[in-house]
Amino acid sequence: MSERVEIQKTYKTYVGGAFPRSESGHYYKVVDSEGDFLANACRCTRKDFRDAVKVARSAFGGWSSRSAYNRGQILYRIGEMLENRRDQFVKELGTIGFTKEEADADINASIDRLIYYAGWTDKYQQVFGSVNPVASSHFNFSLLDPTGVVSILAPENSPLLGLVSVIAPVIAGGNVCVVHASEQYPLPAISFAEILNSSDVPGGVVNILTGIRSELVEHFSSHMDVNAIFYTDSLDKETKTMIDELASNNVKRVVKKIQRDWYEEDAESPYFIVDFQETKTTWHPVGF
Amino acid sequence: MSFIKNLQITPIDRVAVEEKVSRLNKRSIKKESKMQALKLALSMVDLTTLEGKDSEGKVQQLCQKAKSPHPSVPDIPSVAAVCVYPSMVRIAKNHLKGSRINVASVATAFPSGMAPLSIRIDDTKFAVDEGADEVDMVITRGAFLEGEYNLVFDEIAAIKEACGDAHLKVILETGELHTYENVRLASDIAMEAGADFIKTSTGKISPAATQPVTLVMLEAIRDYYYKTDKMIGMKPAGGIRTAKQAIQYLVLVKETLGAAWLNKDYFRFGASSLANDLLMQIVKQQTGYYQGLDYFSVS
Repeated sequence: MSERVEIQKTYKTYVGGAFPRSESGHYYKVVDSEGDFLANACRCTRKDFRDAVKVARSAFGGWSSRSAYNRGQILYRIGEMLENRRDQFVKELGTIGFTKEEADADINASIDRLIYYAGWTDKYQQVFGSVNPVASSHFNFSLLDPTGVVSILAPENSPLLGLVSVIAPVIAGGNVCVVHASEQYPLPAISFAEILNSSDVPGGVVNILTGIRSELVEHFSSHMDVNAIFYTDSLDKETKTMIDELASNNVKRVVKKIQRDWYEEDAESPYFIVDFQETKTTWHPVGF
Repeated sequence: MSFIKNLQITPIDRVAVEEKVSRLNKRSIKKESKMQALKLALSMVDLTTLEGKDSEGKVQQLCQKAKSPHPSVPDIPSVAAVCVYPSMVRIAKNHLKGSRINVASVATAFPSGMAPLSIRIDDTKFAVDEGADEVDMVITRGAFLEGEYNLVFDEIAAIKEACGDAHLKVILETGELHTYENVRLASDIAMEAGADFIKTSTGKISPAATQPVTLVMLEAIRDYYYKTDKMIGMKPAGGIRTAKQAIQYLVLVKETLGAAWLNKDYFRFGASSLANDLLMQIVKQQTGYYQGLDYFSVS
C-alpha cells in the first residue's frame, strides 16, 4: 500500500452558517512563528463584506427575538464545544508561538469568557434597564434593545481569546456581527467558526472574514446597513479619523475600547454588552 | 380566425437555452453602463401590490413611491406603472393624475382565472372603466394543458376586445406550464390573439419568472416580429428582487431583440421589492458606500 498523504485543511471564511471562499478568488500567505508557510487565507473584498452584512441583517430579527435565556444557553454551548476541541486549538496556537501552557491558558480564559457572558444574557436588562421617577402621572421605564448589525475589527494580537472577547458581548445582547479576524493570525478564527457552526448559533449571527485590514476598514465603517463598529486595537490617527467620519454618515456607534491584555479584569464587563444596546424609554399613562 | 389552422410547435432545446442564459449572465456591466442600466431598469418597473390586505392607504403610498422613488437624489426616473387589483384602480388613477405613470390592473379572476368567461370579461371592463391603462390577464392554464388551444386563443381575443384602448398583457403563468415548448406555444397563441405584452407569471406560483423562460418568450417575440413586423412587449414578473438580476434580464433583451425593446413601452419588470434594490445600487454608485434599507421608503 502506498504511503498515506496528509490532508491539509483549507481555511475559508464563515458567512451565513456556511464556509464560502472569497468571491475574489484571492488569497494571502499566513506564516507560522518561524516565518514558514502555514496556510493560505482568503483575502476578502468589499463584496464579501457586503454579502456578509446582508446575511447578518436577515439573521438579526430571529436572533434578537430569541429569549435571553436561550441566547445564554447557546453561548454556554459554544463554551462546551470549545472545551471539546481543545487539542485542535492547542496545536493551532502552537504553530504561531504559544507554548502548551500558554495555549491552555488562552483556551481556558476563552471558555470562561463565553460562560461569563452566557450568564449575563438574562441579567443585563434587569441591571441596566430602569423604572424612572417622573413628575407626572406616568409610569416611565427604560429597556435595552440590541443595536443591530455590528462590524468588528478583532484584536490583531490575540487570535482566540481576543476574538471571543469581542464577539461574545455583542451577540449576548442580541446583535449580529461581521468580524474581520486578526490579519496576521486568522486561522484560529476560522477554526472557531467551526465551533460556532456546531453550537446552535443560527447561521448569519456571527460572520467571520479574513483578509488585509487596510483594504476592509473603509467598508466596515461606511456600510449604511451596519449600526455599530467595534475595535480594541489602538489605531493610527488617520484610520481613526476615517472610521469616525465614515461612521457618522449613518450615525453608527463607534465603540473603541483599547485593550492590551485580554487576561485583565477589565477585559470582561457587562458594559461591553450595554455598549451595543439602544435605550428605549416608554411613558405609560397611569391614573391616580 | 382559428389559431389551430396554423398551429406550429416550435421545438426548444432546453440545454441550449440554459447555456445561453448562463453565458449571457457572465457579461460584466460596470461603472457608467451599470448606472445607465440601473436607471433604465427602474424606469421599467411595474410597481406592484396584489394582496388581499391592500388598502387605499397602501395604494396611495405605492403611487407616491412610483412618482418619486427617492426624492433626496436627483435624476431618478419614475417607474413605468403601478399594478393593482381592479378595485384599487380608481384610487391609483386619482393619485397619479398629472404624472405619466400608467395604472395597470390585473383582471380576469386573477390569479387563477377560474371564473366563467363572461365574469372575466366583466372584470376586465370594470378595470378599464375605472381608468386602467393596461390590463394584465391570465390564460386558462387547465384548458391549455388539455390541448384546448382554440379556447385559450378565443378567450384572449375576447378579453382583448373588452380592453378597448387599454394595453393587454397576457400572463402565461409559466410555472404551471411545465415545459419550454408549452411556454413557447402559449406565447405564440397569446401574440396571435392580440396581446400587446406577454408576461411570465402572476407572482403567486413558484417558480415565477426565470431567465430561461424569459429567453424562450423573447425568442417567440423575435420570431413573431420577423413574421409580422409587430413589436410585442415582454414582462417577467415575480421573483426578481435584485438589481443584478434586473441587469441580467436587460442583457437578455438586448441580445435577443435589440435596443428597440429596451424601453418601458416594450419591456417591464413586475416587482415590488426590486425598485428599492435598484435605488440602493444607484446611490451606492453615486456615493461609493453600500446602502441599507433604513434609508429608503417602503414599497
